[in-house]
Amino acid sequence: MIPLSHYLIVSAILFALGTAGVFLRRNLITILLSVEIMLNAVNLTFVAFGRVAGDVNGQIIVFFVMTVAAAEAAVGLALVIALFRHRESLNPDAFTSLKW
Amino acid sequence: MIDYLWTYRAPIITVLMIFVAFNALILASAGLVYWERKLMGFMQQRYGPYLVGPYGTLQPFADILKLLFKEELRPKGADKWLFTLAPVLSVVAAFTAFATVPFGPETTLWGLLDEPIKLGASDVNVGVLVVFAVTSMGVYGIVLAGWSSNSKYSLFGGLRASAQMISYELSYATALAAVILLGGSLSLREVVDSQAGFWSWLPILPRWYLFLQPLGFLIYMIAGIAETNRAPFDFPEAEQELVAGYNTEYSSVRFALFPQAEYINMVTMSAVATSLYLGGWHFPGVPESLGVIVFLAKVAAILFFYIWMRWTVPRYRYDQLMTFGWKWLFPASVVNLLATAALVLYFNA
Amino acid sequence: MPETLVFYLFAGLAIGASALVIGQRNPMYSVMLLIASFGALAGLYIQLDAPFAAVAQIIVYAGAIMVLFLFVVMLLNAPQEDAAAYDRTHPLRHPAVTRFGALLAGLLVVQLSWALVRANQLAQPVAGRTDGAIVSSVRELGRVLFERHGFAFEATSILILVAMVGAVVLARREDHA
Repeated sequence: MIPLSHYLIVSAILFALGTAGVFLRRNLITILLSVEIMLNAVNLTFVAFGRVAGDVNGQIIVFFVMTVAAAEAAVGLALVIALFRHRESLNPDAFTSLKW
Repeated sequence: MIDYLWTYRAPIITVLMIFVAFNALILASAGLVYWERKLMGFMQQRYGPYLVGPYGTLQPFADILKLLFKEELRPKGADKWLFTLAPVLSVVAAFTAFATVPFGPETTLWGLLDEPIKLGASDVNVGVLVVFAVTSMGVYGIVLAGWSSNSKYSLFGGLRASAQMISYELSYATALAAVILLGGSLSLREVVDSQAGFWSWLPILPRWYLFLQPLGFLIYMIAGIAETNRAPFDFPEAEQELVAGYNTEYSSVRFALFPQAEYINMVTMSAVATSLYLGGWHFPGVPESLGVIVFLAKVAAILFFYIWMRWTVPRYRYDQLMTFGWKWLFPASVVNLLATAALVLYFNA
Repeated sequence: MPETLVFYLFAGLAIGASALVIGQRNPMYSVMLLIASFGALAGLYIQLDAPFAAVAQIIVYAGAIMVLFLFVVMLLNAPQEDAAAYDRTHPLRHPAVTRFGALLAGLLVVQLSWALVRANQLAQPVAGRTDGAIVSSVRELGRVLFERHGFAFEATSILILVAMVGAVVLARREDHA
């Protein structure tokens, strides 16, 4: 049987990868994807703990996270499109000026 | 040896079921090609295929052989990996979607086995949702084919496909939700088994959910045709406008996989419609042992309807499709779901 | 034994695909790899007796959110991350600094994993103490969701509505306004 700690380690690695992506990548879309990886890492933790406790609340919070992720993706991507129209670039460093 | 087999009977039966379903789907898609061409010929007052084999029955196999021996071309600017992945993805999604569809009742194969087996590759408690989830993966194959071909026509086909499939998925899922409310289960087998016998309010009508969900069935069929990209909603490959749409740049086996996926999706769509609305393998007066035949007959009837639609109804315009999907079909499906929920609540209370 | 194998297969797939999402520069590939990663996570959910969460993962994440990403990448014609535009003069972009940061991140993972392995309560198997039928029941899930978390559920529907309006407003071209 797989111990709980294995699931948590998978989740920790995924979360670290997501964090690294946010810091390392210079592409707005990849940064948003990295945020999704982090959200999923947290979801895995919730489902795993919910399974151990025998409680469905672990899964319910996953649904709320998914809803928030969907809203975040919609607004985030709309922002990316709006920014791309202004600068023709997806590099976050291109958007350092406060006004244009 | 026998003991050994007996210990591992569950996985062996599963593998056998997968084998049966897989080959049945491949043969069904070949049969559908023949049937479609014959019916098209009939509707257009000509013979259709008649040269290869008796009555032209071997025509689909000749088609496949021809495609197999053609040269595989890849446009110079195409993305190598995604161009190869796209057709594989479509066909894998199409096959996988059938995994949770049961195609017959529990049977002992006329007393051959000691304990009954379930006909169906797998039986999970969220079967309907699995079908829906895997079907929604099919859009990636088409979008990637359109994008990776590096061709304007393909890209338009791919974009149209994704917009169309996402729009109609909503009505499709909402229609499914209404019938699931009636069945009280997300498992296709349980929904089918709840449709045995007759309705209490009119004991000559079989207890099929079609009679409680006529609007839902209509929405399911329309959305299903749009989901599988069939005429009159075949915009992703509208040949008068887009050459051949997303598969313009494909040739040989890779090209063959797209229609293969389309026909398998049609079969899955019809099998799910049969299970949810037409009582699956239940038919008044027919014994349960002939369930598989009843099931196949119902699936064939819906497939006939699909082909019939294709050769009698002209293609819509793209903006008409979107207007229809969002302004008529989706509101209708929401009203249907709410009304069903209210009635279920009223009659169960 | 097959369970363990399946776990390591899915876990490896999820981690490998996620590593490649941030490891290569073509956003199109990143999106496809992330879909693979989500599929693997759905497999892990099934192992955790959460089939409904697994299906929702596929429908919502892989089927809806990632299509949105794919659409945007296609719409913006997938600009590859440009290595030449990488500003190397920035003080935070110094290779030594980057390496130190990577070292710290690696240390964090090692430390976290070490702590997780050492903790006694966490060494118990996930499926040991309770019955999987409770968490895998969709009926129970729906009951708890709508009875205990009804307000949160309604709040998320408003959130979705706001996000939808916001996305339309943000993505609209100004000259059409």
